Amino acid sequence: MEALILTIIATSIPLLLAAIGELIAEKSGILNLGVEGMMLSGAVGALGAVLWLENPYYGIIAGALSGVLMASIFSAFTINFMTNQVATGLGLTIFATGLTGLAGAPLVGKTIPSLPKIEIFLLSDIPLFGNILFKQDFVAYLSIAIIIFTSLFLKYSKSGIILRAVGDDHQSAHSVGYPVKKIRWYATCFGGMCAGIGGAYIPLVLTPHWSEGMTAGRGWIALALVVFASWIPWRIIVGALIFGGITIAQLVGQARGWAIPSQLLSMMPYIATIIALTMISGRLSKNNSVVPSSLGKPFFGSQ
Amino acid sequence: MIKFSMRIFSLIAISISVLFFGISSAFAENPTKVGFVYLTTPGDHGWTYAHELGKKMVEKRFGKDVKVSVVENVPEGPDATRVIRELAKQGNEIIFTTSFGYMEPTLKVAKEFPNVKFEHITGYKRSKNVATGNIRFYEGRYIQGVVAGLMTKTNKIGYIGAYPIAEVIMGINAFAQGLKSVNKDASISVIWANTWYDPVKEADAAKVHIAEGADVLAQHTDSPAMLQIAEKNGAMGFGQSTDMSAFAPKAQLFASINNWGPYYIKKIEELRNGKWNTGDSPNHWPGNVWGGIKSDMLVISKFQNMPANVAQKAQEALDGIKTGKINIFAGPLIDNTGKEIIPAGKALDDGALWGMNYYLQGVNGKVPG
Repeated sequence: MEALILTIIATSIPLLLAAIGELIAEKSGILNLGVEGMMLSGAVGALGAVLWLENPYYGIIAGALSGVLMASIFSAFTINFMTNQVATGLGLTIFATGLTGLAGAPLVGKTIPSLPKIEIFLLSDIPLFGNILFKQDFVAYLSIAIIIFTSLFLKYSKSGIILRAVGDDHQSAHSVGYPVKKIRWYATCFGGMCAGIGGAYIPLVLTPHWSEGMTAGRGWIALALVVFASWIPWRIIVGALIFGGITIAQLVGQARGWAIPSQLLSMMPYIATIIALTMISGRLSKNNSVVPSSLGKPFFGSQ
Repeated sequence: MIKFSMRIFSLIAISISVLFFGISSAFAENPTKVGFVYLTTPGDHGWTYAHELGKKMVEKRFGKDVKVSVVENVPEGPDATRVIRELAKQGNEIIFTTSFGYMEPTLKVAKEFPNVKFEHITGYKRSKNVATGNIRFYEGRYIQGVVAGLMTKTNKIGYIGAYPIAEVIMGINAFAQGLKSVNKDASISVIWANTWYDPVKEADAAKVHIAEGADVLAQHTDSPAMLQIAEKNGAMGFGQSTDMSAFAPKAQLFASINNWGPYYIKKIEELRNGKWNTGDSPNHWPGNVWGGIKSDMLVISKFQNMPANVAQKAQEALDGIKTGKINIFAGPLIDNTGKEIIPAGKALDDGALWGMNYYLQGVNGKVPG
């Protein structure tokens, strides 16, 4: 059982990181559909760095930087040149798929050391959940820290409130004097950083090799998770664990020969997202503060 | 005046050189144009990589006599039709489409270009100018079963399948036959990944198998992820399509390697000699070329990470298949519900293998769908 729970957590972490990053970007009004592409560049960047510097921790940094680089390209286009966000995001993913394939070609067939587990003194000896909660790798702890940080940041910090204001009504935020473009740049790059680390987690922990397109659609699930969490950070943890849990549950079900068709279980995470979406739109009539109102809209005002 | 004549001169010189170039290229030996359509890129280090090695053998064998064009990352479906049509338009004389899902697109384009020859890999439908080619992957899986049966301590084998199609099911059943021949107590659990290629999902499936007690893993998906998980967790496994020992030096027992080169070369040679044909086996069968260990289309890598007596048993199985002494699907065959498939003294023919929708004894559960 413990091994299964650890597997669920490991599977959830890339989703969780990519989703929390996208959440911040969306809160600032930027819809970046390039999450999958940013994850891929994070993965290839991390693997390259570890092969070069032979230390898995550099992989985290390289993954973050690769993600930020991709996010900067996206920001330059959508924020400065005011291109359509949906088209640019899709373009970014397609571009990154090709670019990482090219950059990753020399890495094919090589394998790297995994990120080590860090035991937290004494706590990891607690029976039952000690191993699960306090014997994880650095990125697992980091992702929880990021969730707590963004949660507090959005709710209590002045910068967080400004960020939300920009996402909700960029014209008003602009007229009160907030630098809308700058804030969106930061938010998008934060999203890129998180997606990059999320992507880096795949070669650093899950499958220590590079193969093209190895994120296999997890960026898209992360996008769905943001909606599922209705833009509330802590719900991303719940959502990611549900996604991870159902993914693993359907594998276990098959191994044990449960009578439920595996295809049905594979559908479950997506059904959950559709239900969440329906519930959100149902609530919208009463309270339309859930979705950032300026989400996806280009901002034309000068800085 | 001098300037003017210089200009005239250079103009004439250019025209002559262009003309000459045109003539020279028209008289040059016409290379056979060969097209390949890949599902992913050679970077998958599995299925497509094996095709890439085959393509390289073609280039080495024919040198300047062939001109090879490759299109990578072609999704199965309408995109494939477009790509295959484009390759035919560009004058390729023979086009290899290297994934099962290209079957209908290949047939569709073949109708539009009756003079172009098509070779569809792993399909079962043919037409006047569409032939099919495949490897008897299941032969390698029988040997995997033998090794797994001797290596397992928990008597639980974890198997990761891509999709529940005949191709994969016959592999599982061949594995079960090998397993049964050495170990009657061991059984196989199957997890369907519902994808050919998703390293994270394949890794998850491997972790689940190990958490459920399996200590030998086998896969019919494309990435080395399963072996890496086995390596990390002290389990064993088999390489898929290519030698994957670089990913799992301690965990890979051996790999079944797909060797497409000889088949490609044979078909291109036939085309060049005007002898290309689509064979004469019945239509639902996997085609005129279905080679295995004997014809060198399936190569078994070095037996490693196993005691000498196990390696010897594996070698015996390998030799048995090569000489035809072992018939993997010889009766009596009983499925895992107890139903007799074929009595003693008889054996399943190739057509029956492609109709497999049941598990043999030794496999848990039932085929989905």
